[in-house]
Amino acid sequence: MRGLRVPRGLPFILPYLPFLILFGIAPMLYALDLAFTGADGSWSGFHNFARTFTDYRFVPAFEHILQYTGIWLGTLIVFVVGLALLLHGRANRVSSAFRFLFYMPGALAGAASVLVWLFMLDPAVSPGSFLLRVFGVDLFVKAIAPGNLPFVFAMIAFWTGAGGWIVVMYGALNTIPNELEEAARIDGAGPFTIAVRLKLPMIRKWIAYMTILSFATGTQLFIEPQLVNEASLGLVPDTWSSNQLAYQLAFRYGDFNAAAAIAVDLLVVGLLAAVLIVTRTGLFRRED
Amino acid sequence: MRITARGLRLVILTAFAVFFVVPVLWLILAPTKADGALVTSNPLSFGSFHQVALAWDHLDAYSDHIYRAWIGNSLLYACSATAIVLATAIPAGYGLALGSFPGRRLVLTLTLVVMIMPAAALVLPIFLELNSLHLIGSVFSVILPFSFFPFGVYIAYIYYATAMPRDLLDAARVDGASEWLTFRRIALPLAKPIVALVFFFSFVADWNNFFLPFAVLADSSQYPIQVGLSDLLSSTPSFNPAQGGGGQQVNIFRPELALATLLAVVPVAIVFLLSQRALVRGMLGGAVKQ
Repeated sequence: MRGLRVPRGLPFILPYLPFLILFGIAPMLYALDLAFTGADGSWSGFHNFARTFTDYRFVPAFEHILQYTGIWLGTLIVFVVGLALLLHGRANRVSSAFRFLFYMPGALAGAASVLVWLFMLDPAVSPGSFLLRVFGVDLFVKAIAPGNLPFVFAMIAFWTGAGGWIVVMYGALNTIPNELEEAARIDGAGPFTIAVRLKLPMIRKWIAYMTILSFATGTQLFIEPQLVNEASLGLVPDTWSSNQLAYQLAFRYGDFNAAAAIAVDLLVVGLLAAVLIVTRTGLFRRED
Repeated sequence: MRITARGLRLVILTAFAVFFVVPVLWLILAPTKADGALVTSNPLSFGSFHQVALAWDHLDAYSDHIYRAWIGNSLLYACSATAIVLATAIPAGYGLALGSFPGRRLVLTLTLVVMIMPAAALVLPIFLELNSLHLIGSVFSVILPFSFFPFGVYIAYIYYATAMPRDLLDAARVDGASEWLTFRRIALPLAKPIVALVFFFSFVADWNNFFLPFAVLADSSQYPIQVGLSDLLSSTPSFNPAQGGGGQQVNIFRPELALATLLAVVPVAIVFLLSQRALVRGMLGGAVKQ
């Protein structure tokens, strides 16, 4: 009698399965298929990968996103961890007010954040125009000069995302038992020593998580350069980042196989990061 | 010594608070001033409400009220996708946490991996897939991919795996309740805070998504607000003096652009407040019952 029954729990995941398959698994498999075939659908090995790699826009695009990601990760790690440590151990009311202020720009993600920063970078209207002039920026076009872009995009990403991570790090710091800090204090450790020697190692896996996840997200950059391209009337190329290049190959040239090859490059980066997080940080380990 | 360390800490925190808050303040104040005043007056001064009304009239008149359509589209896409997410992710998390069936681990691992992967990595593959199915340009090419939200499944899974008292479920089953009835009467009501959490994350992710709708929609009347903003940006002279004439025709200058940006954020801010309330209430409710 029991053997005839539906396995327990299975019916509950049935509505979810088509979505997982259609928009999670199938797109990846289809992109792989396209990347390894020619326009006529015949097997072409690594031809599409080699072809896109030698495209004159490919290497610059990857250089751009690596520069951007490097700058962003550096500022993220230093300032998020630094600010979380500074906030931790403050009076609760002060600390929660600061956390709220840091988190607030998180509501302006996507296109909204880019638009805000286009204004902030325009010396004509920016409240920080004196700072811009210090850096020699007296015209908007100078602010978005090619050499500045990785920094500009890193700043936008930091502005919208850092607050969320500060809240996460702060939460992780709060899980450190009070007795541990107390014991260190009795042993004569100052606030700085406690922060570096005790607190930092305790939130290491969260820092690793943030770093890997942000690296993967950073390589997918699309909207920021896309909007700056529109605001600069083509001064900034529409193939600045790798995702943009893949998009242009698909849309402007109808070269879906080449677009798929770049999409697969980026997918591999994202998948590697995900596997690394699951297997190495221990944050998603469950006993089952 | 202690005083200066404390002072330094406060100075650093305040400096960062200024960095995070001033752009938001500027954005709130910008629509209260005319374009010329934005350049000449103090960047953080208040203009007048009359200017806000004027900026709204210009924005609303732009391209035959298309701004309203964009907001409506965003609401339609984010709400319908989030409804599907709630209907599929909560039961799925429950089934994965308390069920035992072949393939459970595989589904769980795939969900976890896709959840951690940046969503943008899947946009072009999804575009290529929909393109081969000739679904490009349909609203379903936005709503259906939005409806796949592995993070929601994961939240529900963690909740049911850790916080669900199994005795309660067993008791219901002993009493002869079917699997569905057990879920409907016991598991689902207990998960109210999780529903709020999943709603919040899903809605915000959909509302802020730019890349997918940008790639799969063709007609500007179908755009959600995020893509609409980029459309607006490219038709104003705010950052391109070369576009000068165009700006006069469409009457979209910096105050209008700032207002458009500000209004685009309002729904996310509202959902944020609503969900936070529901979350706190849900947790308190649970505490009282136990």
